[in-house]
Amino acid sequence: MTHILESAKHPEKLRRVVIEPVTRVEGHGKVTLLLDADNRIHQARFHIVEFRGFEKFVQGRPYWEVPVMVQRLCGICPVSHHLAGGKAVDMLAGATKLTPTAEKMRRLLHFGQVLQSHALHFFHLCSPDLLFGFGAEVARRNIVAVAESFPDVAKKGVWLRKYGQEVIRVLAGKRIHGSLVVPGGVNKHLSPEERDYLLQDVSQAIDWSREAVDLVKRFYAERKDFHNGFGSFRSSYLSLVRGDGALDLYHGGLRARDAHGETVFDHVDYGAYWDYIHEVTKTWSYMKFPFIRTLGAEDGWYRVGPLARINNCDFIDTPLADAERKALLEFDHGGARQANLAYHWARMVEVLHCAEGIRDLLGDSDLIKNDLVVRGERQYRGVGVIEAPRGTLIHHYRINENDQVVRANLIVSTTHNNEAMNEAVRQVALQYLDGKEVTEPLLNHIEVAIRAYDPCLSCATHALGRMPLEVELLDAAGERVDCLARDGHGALRRIA
Amino acid sequence: MSPPSVLVFAWGNPSRGDDALGPELLEQLGERPDVEGLTDFQLQPEHVTDLQGRRLVLLVDASISSPPPFAFRRVHPLRDASFTSHAMTPEALLAAYQDVYRSEPAPCYLLGIRGEDFELGEPLGEAARRHLAAALSFVESLLENPTESAWDGLSRSRERA
Repeated sequence: MTHILESAKHPEKLRRVVIEPVTRVEGHGKVTLLLDADNRIHQARFHIVEFRGFEKFVQGRPYWEVPVMVQRLCGICPVSHHLAGGKAVDMLAGATKLTPTAEKMRRLLHFGQVLQSHALHFFHLCSPDLLFGFGAEVARRNIVAVAESFPDVAKKGVWLRKYGQEVIRVLAGKRIHGSLVVPGGVNKHLSPEERDYLLQDVSQAIDWSREAVDLVKRFYAERKDFHNGFGSFRSSYLSLVRGDGALDLYHGGLRARDAHGETVFDHVDYGAYWDYIHEVTKTWSYMKFPFIRTLGAEDGWYRVGPLARINNCDFIDTPLADAERKALLEFDHGGARQANLAYHWARMVEVLHCAEGIRDLLGDSDLIKNDLVVRGERQYRGVGVIEAPRGTLIHHYRINENDQVVRANLIVSTTHNNEAMNEAVRQVALQYLDGKEVTEPLLNHIEVAIRAYDPCLSCATHALGRMPLEVELLDAAGERVDCLARDGHGALRRIA
Repeated sequence: MSPPSVLVFAWGNPSRGDDALGPELLEQLGERPDVEGLTDFQLQPEHVTDLQGRRLVLLVDASISSPPPFAFRRVHPLRDASFTSHAMTPEALLAAYQDVYRSEPAPCYLLGIRGEDFELGEPLGEAARRHLAAALSFVESLLENPTESAWDGLSRSRERA
């Protein structure tokens, strides 16, 4: 695929629009648009600040501390890092097959995490985009406005997220900084009382998840051509799938399908992921760009996350979610399969799958058994992969003879989606900004496209006083023409 | 069963330098009768459920904009556009409470402790430790007289100072 907007021939003759940071996205991002004298887009780039200091953070630490330490990387998905790091540490501990209790406890924890993360993203970040449209005034594009116009949506969103967090709290012992995973297994089983407590509300969770799928499906269908086409492009997809091809968020082999749905590789052992996935760097971005090796750096980039998983799997092993998977894939003769905004729809299908999965697991007597940990022959290299809420998450560690971590490599979901988000920005810029005056609603179109991927741009702190939004306009000579800032309270001010 | 009448809710990442100020204050405060201490990485919409049934709420966070050693003020619901990340402002949280429960939240106050450095893997900085000590002493005095009028008075006097 040719990226006609990535490198302009004469950037010194262009003027630049900078959006920093992207609103309603974790951490900070910056979008740079280089315009020519006629306001035509010549260059579009999405700059991301990646994890930094992670290797230093874990280097020299004993490997069994990894599952707990990595939770501190991210305030949004600590459980995902806990599980992926834990799977890598299983390999280091020589634990090739967990006990049924350990694996099911981890799966239950993961369902809780994905459910609460997806609920937050949809109800509190993205529903304003779908329910009010992207051109709506900024004051209405937030969850408070959603609550005013759709009171049940806000209430059910809060409740669903809370339920997922209750699953996490019960399994990990605490709402945050809890711990379930230990090398080779878990540190607790579920008590009958805990199981019964979580069962009390699971039917409600399933019902409201179904309503959430219906809501997004209805709004998507109302403007299907717009939603299908918004910044859309074709790409390969990557995800884990179970041995029988089912959707599996916790474990499986890697499957990649190209932009035409043809299988590139299937059921690949993720312990050798580097034979299949390579990364390139680009001078203008701190974040690497992964690609499927056999397709090459130019054409081999891919997408991960909910829509990738829905496209890649052969079925979902919970009936309600599987019916919704089919509905998404068949919608408008497949028109949503490659659509950026169908990520929201796919996310709600997965919420429903998680709710059903929680119900099914809570009925499994293995959860209350006491066979928690296995051990094996210690290894020097460990790789753990899960399907985190935002997509495939890879943790890779090397240790020395003293059990200390000497090397760590993470490929997080947002890195996998790096090129896809750039492509989304490029497409939206082509569709909506070329030759037009740059207005706040138009800039929000770019943000909407990026938000579809739910990127976690950095494991940011959230000290009060941070998170301003700044839009800067520079002329061809690099001089600032205009600058508009939005502070943490949403107030706008123009900066001279 | 009713929850403890006073909630002290602190947020921040304990492994990101001065971002740990809130959780660290809670840790040093220890357990107290009729006071519940809760912590999280960030302020999120579902925290409205933690506000239910309280008589007074104290929110604690690191702040890069507060004057050192800390700022203390009352927070009122505000329908702002602060949903600029996966975290929300205290004012927006109270507004979300009104929307979800269709009632007024308990009187709520914000303690912003001045922090400077938020790097992954770094401990609390020297200045942050001093600010924490001052803030802890202040919170202890707050909890000696946990009434709306007393906290309002302290809030006004801090703002004048």
